[in-house]
Amino acid sequence: MLELKNICFKRDGKEILNNVNLKLGDDKFIVITGPNGSGKSTLAKIIMGIEKQDIGQVLFNGKDISGESIDKRANEGISFAFQQPIKFKGITVYDLLKLSSGKEITRKDACDILSKVGLCAKEYVDREINASLSGGELKRIEIATVAVRKTKLTIFDEPEAGIDLWSFNNLIKVFEEMRNIVKGTILIISHQEKILNIADEIILLNNGKIEQQGEKENMLEAILKKEKIGCCRLGGNGNG
Amino acid sequence: MDKIDKVLLKEIANIDETPKGAYNIRKNGYGIERQVTENVSIVTKKDKSGIDVYVKENTKFEFIHIPVIITESGLNDVVYNDFYIGKNADVVIIAGCGIHNDHHKDSKHDGIHRFFLEEGARVKYIEKHYGEGAGTGKKILNPITEITLKKGSYLEMESIQLKGVDSTIRETKGILESNTNLVISEKIMTHGTQIAKTIFDVELNGENASTHVTSRSVATENSVQEFKSNVVGNTVCFGHVECDAIIKDKARVIAIPEIIANNVEANLVHEAAIGKIAGEQITKLMTLGLNEKQAEEQIIQGFLR
Repeated sequence: MLELKNICFKRDGKEILNNVNLKLGDDKFIVITGPNGSGKSTLAKIIMGIEKQDIGQVLFNGKDISGESIDKRANEGISFAFQQPIKFKGITVYDLLKLSSGKEITRKDACDILSKVGLCAKEYVDREINASLSGGELKRIEIATVAVRKTKLTIFDEPEAGIDLWSFNNLIKVFEEMRNIVKGTILIISHQEKILNIADEIILLNNGKIEQQGEKENMLEAILKKEKIGCCRLGGNGNG
Repeated sequence: MDKIDKVLLKEIANIDETPKGAYNIRKNGYGIERQVTENVSIVTKKDKSGIDVYVKENTKFEFIHIPVIITESGLNDVVYNDFYIGKNADVVIIAGCGIHNDHHKDSKHDGIHRFFLEEGARVKYIEKHYGEGAGTGKKILNPITEITLKKGSYLEMESIQLKGVDSTIRETKGILESNTNLVISEKIMTHGTQIAKTIFDVELNGENASTHVTSRSVATENSVQEFKSNVVGNTVCFGHVECDAIIKDKARVIAIPEIIANNVEANLVHEAAIGKIAGEQITKLMTLGLNEKQAEEQIIQGFLR
């Protein structure tokens, strides 16, 4: 479904991604993890087209989309939830959900999706997506905007970033249900063990390279062992 | 009324047919249609061009439409409209001016509106300005609005100018007695070489008077906008002025804030922000499948809502 070939990305003389090769299958729940600065978010942005790789190819359903714009990729079936949700003046939650779904949706449809991400729909559907919303609320709205699209690939860039532990624990339940909501491959960039726990596959990125990739059961054990002996520290809200 | 008149009325007052309630439609300097109600009377001024609108006390939820349309190129129309709102009345007044100019002479309308609200009265005042036509003659609109709020009264003013006005100077003055509230929301979009200047002068004279002025504007191409506000607090009062502008192309926006506290209990705030559309907003909408142009349109449409 998604294939990355020899992806390299360098900025300010620093190698952020170094020859990354990756294949993601259909209908999988995959988590990319790794220490801060390992290149995880950059890799996610390259898949969406927000960042452009220096070398390498991005193939989506067998088609080379390396040169395609963000909107083209979005229309071909990729969604992206931002680490820091974007705020707008005057645009309401309902407006954004309508734009996300690409068609006229009823208020009931909008409310249904908000309920699925754990928001009391009636209180939020007409709210402006501005600074009056808390980090946790913005995060859930951001998740709703990608979930409503039901694309073949949905990427979440560090959903735990910028929210408190209480909100995060509640958010885990949403991700546990995400498979039923999205119905495609889910790719999450995360440091959180609780998110790693609900994955099918885990990919460990370190120093811009894929260090290990495999089934959750095997990977979790290996990662926790590495963390214990200090080879790989996950934790933190980085921009890695 | 012809097709052009109907288009203008639809644009400025959302009127498709004869409005409900009291109304006075002015075309090319003359009143052409009028209706009064039991509670709202409209009287032509004797000393100058314009009308006096009287709303009886305790009138509730009536609509008053007073649109102005100009289709004659070269016309310089000046009108003085006064509104006397009785005690505890609660009404919506919809004004506005639409100019259609297909020729080379400038068409101009200056509407001088004065509002006198008695104790406990409430008014929502909507004013929309619009210009169209293929001619080189300019469409010029210079409204002056003077608002006097007596004890416990409230006025909310919504002022909108999104298209076709080449030059405008909009002056709004407010004098507020105790326990009054004046809320002003302005939305402006300018294109080409249009010029839009806004001046707000609000005096908070009575205890617990408050005002909230919000201006949201988008300046594109080579247009120029100026926003000048002056809020004076003379007693225990609250004033908040917010000027928020999106700038594009070679446009210019000037924001001149002035808040004067003449009393230690006056609480006055001014916020101004001018900048281009945030790149991250465009990126977010592109990840939803909109191209860059569509994303920009959506952001502007939301901003000026």
